Amino acid sequence: MIETPGQTIGPFFGFALPYAGDSQLVPPGHPDAVQFSGLVLDGDGVAVPDALIEIWQPDAEGSVAARAGSLRRDGFTFTGWGRAATDNSGRYSFSTLRPGGEAPFIAVTVFARGLLHRLFTRAYLPGYPPDGLLSSLPENRRRTLVALEEGASLTFDIKLQGADETVFLRFDNSSD
Amino acid sequence: MPTIPGVANTPPSSVKLASQEAINAEIALIAGGYERGSQPESHPRLDYLPYRSSAKRCPTNDLYRTDPELIERTAPVFGQQDVGPFDSDLTVQHLGAPIGERIVVTGRVLDTDGRPIAGQLVEVWQANAAGRYIHVRDQHQAPLDPNFTGFGRCLTGADGSYSFTTVKPGPYPWRNHHNAWRPAHIHFSIFGRAFSQRLITQMYFPGDPLFDYDPIFQSVLDRRSRERIVATYDHEVSSHEEHTGYRWDIVVGETPMVNR
Ligand SMILES: [Fe+2]
Repeated sequence: MIETPGQTIGPFFGFALPYAGDSQLVPPGHPDAVQFSGLVLDGDGVAVPDALIEIWQPDAEGSVAARAGSLRRDGFTFTGWGRAATDNSGRYSFSTLRPGGEAPFIAVTVFARGLLHRLFTRAYLPGYPPDGLLSSLPENRRRTLVALEEGASLTFDIKLQGADETVFLRFDNSSD
Repeated sequence: MPTIPGVANTPPSSVKLASQEAINAEIALIAGGYERGSQPESHPRLDYLPYRSSAKRCPTNDLYRTDPELIERTAPVFGQQDVGPFDSDLTVQHLGAPIGERIVVTGRVLDTDGRPIAGQLVEVWQANAAGRYIHVRDQHQAPLDPNFTGFGRCLTGADGSYSFTTVKPGPYPWRNHHNAWRPAHIHFSIFGRAFSQRLITQMYFPGDPLFDYDPIFQSVLDRRSRERIVATYDHEVSSHEEHTGYRWDIVVGETPMVNR
């Protein structure tokens, strides 16, 4: 069957898609909570204040949560999924757990006004041996996928366009 | 690459709005250069300058193909605790009934093999019947409706079906170019069985006279793919003295496999 094409999220999702607790995969006071945050920037380096970022990640042990409750969080269940709109300075911020695994990363989806179809990327934790994707990229592109870690904060800026444009991914089954 | 007025390296505030004729010419030029090959373009061009806001927000590198890892071959799970019983009826969220043409929009969420996506979250948002969003940044002078928010949610059934009761949204103006009007549409947010099937799109109404003038609709270059975002009127969905009905099936991308 022919796939349904995407269309831009447009400028007017703010009253609809964000919800209370959307970006708190764990409460910020959780002993293992980390802040995962960054700026979304356009090709001129200008902040994008009308982007929506979604994350999907394994838990600290590297397991996929597969639990309901992301929209009405109970404060105890780690669902692995969250959503955050960027603020006026183009910043998004999540409270979450460090993902587990051999080359752990947070899967990221980017939506924005001006972006006709969503983008996928990965925010890797620093300090692990590179996996297949990272190894296949030249250094200047690879580093766009690795978050900066400082204490309990992971910083991951998303550059939609330009010299240090983030690597955006496709997962289709064609093997080119 | 032809020179396109209004999208040089000047900030949007200093850009003189292009005319509808100029936008139509750009749309026609790009459409004329598209040939349906063995791999039709099933999604909009990210780099589509008739939609002015895309100029600085589209990546210039090709998307980089990689094998999905486990997390990307799975999708977030939503359950009954996430969705309220009235979330799918946008006409009962306030004390009174909203103004407008009452409609039901229903259909199924499927994968490209036609298999239903069951128990998954569908979210919708839209302008009211006058073409106004409740969003604070919508400055269109059409009236707000105190009885309409324009947001709904539901979980798909075992057969992938969803259904929303709402009012038909109006077209609305925007500042992409001079005298720019969006065809009436409902925004849809869809989850599949895999992270890579995540989709946000817009559903349009059949025969809208604004299709030819709208760069967002026209950014999908393949005619058959474009037809996928237009609902059909379905008299079987219409209900005696209640509402008219539209049917719209949503097909998410292929289920990812690992090649290595
Ligand atoms: Fe809209």
